[in-house]
Amino acid sequence: MTEPHPSESAAPADRAPILAVCHLRKQYPTTVAVDDVSFVVSTHEILGLLGPNGAGKTTTINMILGVLEPTSGAITIDGCSLARQRRQALEKTNFAAVYAPLPGNLTVAQNLRIFGMLYCVRGLSERIEAVLTEFDLLRFRNTKCGVLSSGEQTRVALAKAMLNQPRLLLLDEPTASLDPATAREIRATIQNFAARTDVGVLWTSHNMVEVADVCHRVLFLSRGKILLEGDPRALPATHGRDTLEDLFVAVAREPLTIRRTEDEA
Amino acid sequence: MPRTLRRTSALLLRQYYLLRGSPTRVVPLFSWVAIDIILWGFITRYLNSVSTGHVNFVPAMLGAVLLWDFMARVMQGITTAFLEDVWSRNFLNLFASPLSVSEYLGGLVLSSICTSAIGLVVMVVLATAVFGLSFFVYGIMLAAFLLVLFLFGISLGIFGCALVLRFGPAAEWFIWPIPAFISPLACVFYPLATLPRWLQFIARLIPPSYVFEGMRTVLAHRGVAGTSLAIGSVLALAYLLLMAWAFTGVYRHAVRTGLIARYSAETVN
Repeated sequence: MTEPHPSESAAPADRAPILAVCHLRKQYPTTVAVDDVSFVVSTHEILGLLGPNGAGKTTTINMILGVLEPTSGAITIDGCSLARQRRQALEKTNFAAVYAPLPGNLTVAQNLRIFGMLYCVRGLSERIEAVLTEFDLLRFRNTKCGVLSSGEQTRVALAKAMLNQPRLLLLDEPTASLDPATAREIRATIQNFAARTDVGVLWTSHNMVEVADVCHRVLFLSRGKILLEGDPRALPATHGRDTLEDLFVAVAREPLTIRRTEDEA
Repeated sequence: MPRTLRRTSALLLRQYYLLRGSPTRVVPLFSWVAIDIILWGFITRYLNSVSTGHVNFVPAMLGAVLLWDFMARVMQGITTAFLEDVWSRNFLNLFASPLSVSEYLGGLVLSSICTSAIGLVVMVVLATAVFGLSFFVYGIMLAAFLLVLFLFGISLGIFGCALVLRFGPAAEWFIWPIPAFISPLACVFYPLATLPRWLQFIARLIPPSYVFEGMRTVLAHRGVAGTSLAIGSVLALAYLLLMAWAFTGVYRHAVRTGLIARYSAETVN
């Protein structure tokens, strides 16, 4: 599968927004997990959400998935307000995350059928065959998910995430437990999916090489705020770093310095 | 198929898949109630043999055990379907989908109808074939008895689910004693008048007490306690609405605090 490199494709910002996050804030009694975060994800765009552990990435994703209520702010998915049109918004969304494996006491095919019904997928049997083929899961069709390796479970979670052909796909470290060869295939599959369908992808990863390879644009989160935003290939040089990983480390260790540098610029 | 029905059916299908592939889930559906019927069947036979009066203990006691076990099975049908999601840490996948709380509860109820029906059939077969219990003695009121107990069983089940959702997976142990906790006040085996007056007041707030009082009234050929059962039905319906409201409140709290997304953390904040 050969997909155009993100830097070679048209600027996604020109396209219709699939996800609009506006002044999102999540405050717990003793801490602010997400603080005034705003961004959009456009059609065909893969947006990287980066940041150290505890920066607020998963909190942001959970709010977009409707399983965590924001303290304030608004989330709109393909024109549907998540607060007021939850069902319509979530019918157009799906996700895969390493911390949300599918039930291990059901087979791969059973899980896909149940989640296909929950998402009201049309032509479900054909769609299940398609994702089983796409993620090389045909031989595991009747295997219980609990006995699969972590990499195979990740592929099942991705198959479930693609089942309803979502307009918005949220991927929280989708390749974290995959070997390099499988991770490359999965990246290609998702890039291909983003290129050929009207989908927007929000992607978190700690693999900066992967992020630079896959994402059209990245947001750096630190302490719940967006610190930096831009093209992952151009951003390091803009902030005086050699690589995206160097920039990540700088954001993680000295977010205030980065903020100052940005403000001065 | 309407979308709501499709999503609700997905939970029923999940339960079918789990039962089909797991004898350890199937056997408890009928084994405990079968043991209860056999135990109480022999007890009632013994009581009939030593009794000097004309009281037939089979419909009065064995019938009461059967009805009470039916209610407990309905409750457990709800809670075990819910606990499958707790045990498989499935809340994030479920509630990040378009599934609503009412559809989720509807799926639990559908699952419970199927699993409790299995237990009911086994109990009825054993009680009639082995111990000669005839349901004709209850007449048409049997349907009303079952309806009230079914509604209250669902209410208790949803209450148990709300407890576990609020306090975490370890609160599972709050669920199992709920029927035993209520049974003294439900007057399963003795008339309401047996209780002290202050306990009678509490018992009148519990719908099954109307069922078992009504059952004894029918068996004593003192007519049909229609008004009393109507009160029991209204109370059962009120509990059902109250518990559904409580579960929704607990769910909203869990979404507000992030407990749904990190359920295994067992936080009670």
